[in-house]
Amino acid sequence: MRHTISVLVENKFGVLSRVSGLFSGRGYNIESLSVGETIDPKISIMTIVTIGDDQIIEQITKQLNKLIDVIKVVDFMEIDHVEREMVLIKVSPRKEDRIEVLKLAEIFRGRIIDSGSSTFTIETTGDEGKINAFIELIKPFGIKEFVRTGKVAIAREKAKK
Amino acid sequence: MKKTGAEILIDCLKKEGVKHIFGYPGGVVLNIFDVLYDEKDVQLILTRHEQGAIHAADGYARASGKVGVAIVTSGPGATNTVTGIANASMDSIPMVVFSGQVPTMLIGNDAFQEADIVGITRPCTKYNYLVKDVKDLAQTVREAFHIASTGRPGPVLIDLPKDVTSGKGDFIWPEHIKIRSYNPTYEGNKWMIKQAAHEIAKAKKPVIMAGGGVILSGASKELRELAEITHVPVTMTLMGLGGFPGTSELSLGMLGMHGTYYANMAVQEADLLIGIGVRFDDRVTGRVASFAPHAKIIHIDIDPTSIKKNLRVDIPIVGDVRHVLKDMLKVLKEEVKEPWDAIRKSWLKQIKAWKQERPLHYTYDEDKIKPQFVIEKLHELTKGDAIIATEVGHNQMWTAQFFKWLSRGNRRPAGLP
Repeated sequence: MRHTISVLVENKFGVLSRVSGLFSGRGYNIESLSVGETIDPKISIMTIVTIGDDQIIEQITKQLNKLIDVIKVVDFMEIDHVEREMVLIKVSPRKEDRIEVLKLAEIFRGRIIDSGSSTFTIETTGDEGKINAFIELIKPFGIKEFVRTGKVAIAREKAKK
Repeated sequence: MKKTGAEILIDCLKKEGVKHIFGYPGGVVLNIFDVLYDEKDVQLILTRHEQGAIHAADGYARASGKVGVAIVTSGPGATNTVTGIANASMDSIPMVVFSGQVPTMLIGNDAFQEADIVGITRPCTKYNYLVKDVKDLAQTVREAFHIASTGRPGPVLIDLPKDVTSGKGDFIWPEHIKIRSYNPTYEGNKWMIKQAAHEIAKAKKPVIMAGGGVILSGASKELRELAEITHVPVTMTLMGLGGFPGTSELSLGMLGMHGTYYANMAVQEADLLIGIGVRFDDRVTGRVASFAPHAKIIHIDIDPTSIKKNLRVDIPIVGDVRHVLKDMLKVLKEEVKEPWDAIRKSWLKQIKAWKQERPLHYTYDEDKIKPQFVIEKLHELTKGDAIIATEVGHNQMWTAQFFKWLSRGNRRPAGLP
């Protein structure tokens, strides 16, 4: 099963390495990872997407909790939540396809953030499914460059206890 | 009055009650050795190699129950400690290691005798630090001793750049310490403990499996009381030897790959296995799926990651072994009163039969002295009251099998070299 786990950590040097070392050292996988400072600059939050059966996920969350710099671990599997990721796609469509690409971007609520003589750079955010669908539709028009963030997640308010 | 980092460091060690440190000098730690030279309260034990120093600090911690301290120089000095640090980490031995480091301005330059020892030891320490400023030194040392000696103990490394130990600052000792993200659980869940006590009463064929956690938490007395009240036989892991008297009728000796026939038979036949301060290592379980196949499993350990890591567990109890056993004894004495003697009779009879069927043995030789004979003699002469250090390999296993430790704790061979 895929789990999205959010990890609140001390914002110190070496913490990312402790977390990633835990995964590599124990043979767990990181599917995606995103790290950023929180409102409190002394604390960072990592959102990790990982795969494993129940026993492995239990070990992952326990091992994360065991790290001295980890303040809190939340497995979103048990919580109603919202997930988002972002992509930036530089696409170079043929002249006759340019309108089509712009329309597609609009359908997916993408924004054109840069355009050259023959390229558009489209930014779009959404959950994994939407991002994947968008990529599939854009692919035939010729993707020149592509960059995708890790997932970030936040609990839905009503689900909080 | 301003002091140098080296002086502050030694002041910190004195505050922590450190009397002996093990080490070997080198370029970037000369400041510290210069201070030690005139120091009366902290004695340096000079080894001939850093690996010797680190293992000595480990042995010192095992024998004394105090935090072992080692000090080495940068680069090769630091890398020579890695085996000893990994050993202490696997065996949960409290240790603080000071490594010298090149001056902060040279870090990352591939300077002379530079090694990223914080990076190298990250997976084999409980925690490690690079001190970048002399004003952080006292706080760091305080935290390091706290982390090394509390919860599930382990080694902590502090990397000290040369300019930090030569730089000047004030010595301010933090009396109280709080690390918000580090709060080991000592008290076990009361409801779980009660469940466990009732399971012990219900079980027909229970076995206690005692590990290093019994010794680390100083719970030999409580373990003995538990076994004797409830008439449950006790087997020990390698790290648990010395946690329960080897000469007791209830002792099954060591279990697992090199364990006794009767310990392994008892575990395989058991309907309840009580793991106390153990991690169900593969030398003990063999193939996990067929280990203790008929048993419900109670697992007590201070480290939540130990629980359900290798083995299914029916009643997990996270907590310090001594605290948990104390609570469990209370429940057993006040609530669960069984005619223990009677309900265990047939099980203990079976165990006795296994002991007679296949005791530990070797062929005595008139011409050659057998190693087992030597260990037996050592046991006879010391009556089990001795500190024994072994190498790894058969000598270690013979010792584990033929030496019957008294249950005083802190007397055991290492699980690793």
